[in-house]
Amino acid sequence: MAEFIRFDRITKFYGSLCVVENLELDIAKGEFVSLLGPSGSGKTTLLMMLAGFEQPTSGDILLDGTAINAVPTHKRDMGVVFQNYALFPHMSVGENIAFPLQMRGMGRAEIAERVARALDMVQLSAFAERRPSQLSGGQQQRVALSRALVFEPRVVLMDEPLGALDKQLREQMQLDIRDLHRRLGLTIVFVTHDQSEALTMSDRVAVFNKGKIEQIGTPRQVYDEPATRFVAEFIGETNLVEGVVEAVQGEEASVRLTSGAHIVSAVSGTVATGQTVYLSIRPERVDLTEIRGGARNCLETEVTDSVYQGDHLRVQLHNAAHPLIAKLGRRSREFPPGTKVFAGFSASDCRVIAP
Amino acid sequence: MSAGSSRTGRSLLLLAPLLLFLIGFFVWPLFSMMSQAVSDPAVLRLLPRTAEVVVDWDRKSPPTMPMQTALMEDLRTVDDDQALGDMVRRLNSARSGFRTLMSKTTSALEDTANPPADLISIDKRWEKPEFWLAIADALSPLTDRNLLAAVDLGRNSAGEIEHLPAEQSVNRVILVRTFWIAALVTFTCACIGFPYAIIAASLTGWKRDLMLAAVLLPLWTSLLVRTAAWFILLQEQGLINDLLRWLGLIDAPLPLIFNRTGVIIAMTHVLLPFMVLPIYSVLITIPNNLMPAAASLGANPLRAFLRVLLPLSLRGVASGGLLVFISAIGYYITPALIGGPGDQMISSIIAFYATGSANWGMAGALGVVLLIATLHLYSVYARLSAEEQGRR
Repeated sequence: MAEFIRFDRITKFYGSLCVVENLELDIAKGEFVSLLGPSGSGKTTLLMMLAGFEQPTSGDILLDGTAINAVPTHKRDMGVVFQNYALFPHMSVGENIAFPLQMRGMGRAEIAERVARALDMVQLSAFAERRPSQLSGGQQQRVALSRALVFEPRVVLMDEPLGALDKQLREQMQLDIRDLHRRLGLTIVFVTHDQSEALTMSDRVAVFNKGKIEQIGTPRQVYDEPATRFVAEFIGETNLVEGVVEAVQGEEASVRLTSGAHIVSAVSGTVATGQTVYLSIRPERVDLTEIRGGARNCLETEVTDSVYQGDHLRVQLHNAAHPLIAKLGRRSREFPPGTKVFAGFSASDCRVIAP
Repeated sequence: MSAGSSRTGRSLLLLAPLLLFLIGFFVWPLFSMMSQAVSDPAVLRLLPRTAEVVVDWDRKSPPTMPMQTALMEDLRTVDDDQALGDMVRRLNSARSGFRTLMSKTTSALEDTANPPADLISIDKRWEKPEFWLAIADALSPLTDRNLLAAVDLGRNSAGEIEHLPAEQSVNRVILVRTFWIAALVTFTCACIGFPYAIIAASLTGWKRDLMLAAVLLPLWTSLLVRTAAWFILLQEQGLINDLLRWLGLIDAPLPLIFNRTGVIIAMTHVLLPFMVLPIYSVLITIPNNLMPAAASLGANPLRAFLRVLLPLSLRGVASGGLLVFISAIGYYITPALIGGPGDQMISSIIAFYATGSANWGMAGALGVVLLIATLHLYSVYARLSAEEQGRR
């Protein structure tokens, strides 16, 4: 996989505050990479450095093999979609989309044709004469998107572009952008703090925390095989249970919990015998049975609460040492509080994380 | 219903001080200025009987007997010398020769021992219709003389509007000069104020506060003090000339005071806040990601400025320009103190008529001309900004 964009040991200070620390990241051509993290984790700063709005304190940004640190924004040929759309309020929708083409000195006829095609792509052909303020949020977002794509940029950068939309529209736009990415073969760097958005759209997700990348991988990898406690907690919901490693065998480890129970779990990193670790168990992987089932791991627990949430049942459990949460499918029977149950899960459904 | 009207009444009560203030200090002075400009009671006040009979006159033939007796009667009853003087001045300005004619007539009428039979026996000139025509015209309580004179026009003996002779035509030159100085001041204010506002709006925290304070601080100082300060700075032995000479940049002092340069410098300084603040208030409403967006779409900084920031801030520049221009055309103190005789603006002329020669009619007429010019400007601005709103 030849890298198209390369961040080479990027560090960025604001005054004495380090927002990005010695960061390495490669992005391939045609790839959709999400930068996911809480606010202040450095993801937006990294995007701003790629767009040329900010300069790294040290390190190089390479595009197609050449350093672009000294290239000003307007020559970088990157389409940027901003959080608040940043449409020009004094221009019509059509003029907004024509703007990057005019800046490139394109002829009138070609601009008209391209604008028409770009508007058609986002189904806004009827709105070309309108002002951005006359459009709904979702329509404005589509205009911003087509403005960033119309000049066929080498890279498309998106800074939380869907943050201002309501949930339903956001989910629709996620699928639309994903579809555009596949159809046009775009290279997209997408900044978000919404983990489900990152999982839905990306080829790869880079999870940011405090100016560093905690883990980078496919959505499946970061969800199922979290490398750190931060990733396990930030992406989706999880049960974190403390324990001590008793034995490591290949890709599995045997862990003794504080309650004394033994758990066999998959391992992604390197752990040593005797080390204190966390186990991450996704709630939806937990099965509840009243008699000891055939699962490899089984914890004796008691139901403390059970909440009906429409598409799933959320059951709070308690065993001797730690609370647990289980999400059960709609078909599952209900457990009244106080019921003694066994929480079972396989070794591959839980993960050992070094603290 | 009654609750509603009592609420309206109470609201009006709250507004009463404001309304009284507006009527007393805005509506009434404005109205009296405008009525001064067109009213002409100097002759009518003293010649009420003449006014009654002169209506029947055909304006061509020699004066009839009732007209002469009425005028004699009127002149006999005049006991106010100043009013008489006003009337004579007014009539003499319409028809030269009235001054001698009137003094001869009044002294003849005072001779009670030997009363004259009619006016023609006092002076042959009373036979001529022109003099009576001047009286007849001056008897109307309304006149456009002052308004016409304010723009260097007047009526000839036939009543047609024509240009006044060149030696009486100063108002138009001064009006043009006023607008020219105001335009120059507006232009320099825009040249300094626009970049200043852009920089202030792009800064944050104490730097922005400092820049705004630097603009606002002079606004809290009296205009007279600021102008006097410029007087000290600009004079031949002033700080600026001394500094330039000390630096060796000039040998002889630059002429900065009592000329146009000084007026422009001082007025630009005084009016700069009115340019900076409207532009600044528009600039801070512009989302700060538009310029980065333009850059990312391929616009270099200059084109991004011309296509995005400039059109969006034009409304501020227009209202700032209007404020500065309208304030500048009414300027009085600064040109009077810093300017030379060739830099006096229309307000100085108004002040001259009002306080120097007690010609309230001319002062009012020039004021009306200034008011009309300002209203025109404002209507142009209002139309432009309405179009802008419509396009949004």
